[in-house]
Amino acid sequence: MKTNKSLPYLFIAPALLLFALFTIYPIFSSFVLSFQSMEGGKYVFTGLSNYTRLLGDDIFWKALGNTGIILIVQVPVMILLALVLANALNSQLLRLKGFFRVSFFLPAVTSLVAYSILFSIILQDEGIMNTILGFFGIDAIQWLGDPFWAKVSIIVAMTWRWTGYNMVIFLAALQSLSHEVYEAADLDGANRIQKFFHVTVPQLKPVILFATILSTIGTLQLFDEPFNLTKGGPADSTMTLGLYIYQNGFKYFDFGYASAIAYVVVLLVGILTFFQFKFTGDKS
Amino acid sequence: MSVLERVEATAVATVPKVKKKSNIMRKIGLYSMLGLFTIISIFPFYWMIIGATNESGKMFTNPPTLKPGDQFMTNLQNLNASIDLGRVFFNSVFVSVVYVIVALMVCSTAAYALSKFEFKGRNAIFTTLLLSMMIPYQATLIPLFQLMSNFNLLDTYFALIVPQLCFPFAIFLLRQNFLAFPTELIEAARLDGAGEMRIFLTIVLPSMKPAMAAAAIFLFMTQWNNFMWPLVATTSNEMATLPVALSSLIGLSIIDYGQVMMGVTIATIPIIVFFLALQRHFISGMLGSAVK
Repeated sequence: MKTNKSLPYLFIAPALLLFALFTIYPIFSSFVLSFQSMEGGKYVFTGLSNYTRLLGDDIFWKALGNTGIILIVQVPVMILLALVLANALNSQLLRLKGFFRVSFFLPAVTSLVAYSILFSIILQDEGIMNTILGFFGIDAIQWLGDPFWAKVSIIVAMTWRWTGYNMVIFLAALQSLSHEVYEAADLDGANRIQKFFHVTVPQLKPVILFATILSTIGTLQLFDEPFNLTKGGPADSTMTLGLYIYQNGFKYFDFGYASAIAYVVVLLVGILTFFQFKFTGDKS
Repeated sequence: MSVLERVEATAVATVPKVKKKSNIMRKIGLYSMLGLFTIISIFPFYWMIIGATNESGKMFTNPPTLKPGDQFMTNLQNLNASIDLGRVFFNSVFVSVVYVIVALMVCSTAAYALSKFEFKGRNAIFTTLLLSMMIPYQATLIPLFQLMSNFNLLDTYFALIVPQLCFPFAIFLLRQNFLAFPTELIEAARLDGAGEMRIFLTIVLPSMKPAMAAAAIFLFMTQWNNFMWPLVATTSNEMATLPVALSSLIGLSIIDYGQVMMGVTIATIPIIVFFLALQRHFISGMLGSAVK
């Protein structure tokens, strides 16, 4: 069969052109920019100055730490919760599966800005969250005004938004598992919690890894939530790397410095993805 | 476990179970847990409606206001007065719809080339596309801004729509589906003398509707929710998208929560209706067809 040799290139050309211009070029350009600073109205090469400046920048370290804390707490809590819910929804005892699945997935279709704003209202001092806690005799919490609780607020909001999304991924994987293994585990006298950790989780490992990497990449870039829910505060307690990139780039217009922070995120994504693959690969 | 043991296990396991009583307890536990999480999932949406239909202060009363109020029109008018709602809503819809159409053309043709043709550089291109998904978006943000600024394209629909048209994840998703399309059909059509574009449009694409629908939903959600890029790429209120306009509302010194909640509702309800109507497509689209 003879086809024109240039044919596939014609089909892929629009995508490649756009990709080169709006993805590849910016990636390299910001890398170059991270070694430059504005001097006399022009960007000039200043070596590692942006990176050495990072080392002594308290807010950067705070942003790095906050992003790390949110990542380390939020991702495992959400993944575990999503697994538990998926496991429950997969139970043969359950009816109304469709209803529960849709309900849990609903938060995942809301826009990031909309849900962040919604939570910023729910979590105010006089907001409904504290009113509900009051019914249970719990004192009002300064969700947005206290450095510790502000981080908790971000974590709670993100968990609300993303758990159902991950649950659906896990549910699909669970439905493809065979029942035999569970029945064998029953015979061995395994209880439900043992079955969950020793049968379900190991079998879902590739999917859990996939979901964890997606969430990790997302969390490292966290921006919409701190921008709209806590504005990075109080006292930079919810400043994230994403938000700090934005502030340096578009509040202080220090493009070189912002690019250096962006490349720290690139590096972190690379390292964490590598370790997540390695860590889960070793165990099997 | 050996095959034999497994067979044995299955055989024994099919023996009638003596677990009736504990099943009832488990059911109660199961439903209470799932019920609780359903309430947690849904309540914020309910609270959003309460907020959108009541005065600003009603969201902060104790005991709480649990009934929708009659301030719907007032909040809507106030919101319209602060953000030119019609224009902003149009911007979001226009940008998202045009984006989905053009991005589908760009990504589906690329996916077709990557799945149905052998050519030099194919694997290199595909690998580069996949790897680029690992690069955080923020690493491209500033050069993109400079690029648009240099060509005087900031604050235009062009700037909002064009940069993300080539979306590697959509290409990947479509390619997986194109791979399953029988190549013989394409070759037969070629023998009949059909043009390549015609083969693609009238033979291949029509059988790819579910995959295209999933990709369309994925792309739509990406663009409709997009915040960081529209935030930096638009400067005037006339070009703001819904998320950007909403975000500007809570930056004011005096916040009218009634209109903010109205804005949140307007950004949320259309997607929810859309989702409930197209559930299956929606879920497979948002998960990238990982789930059917």
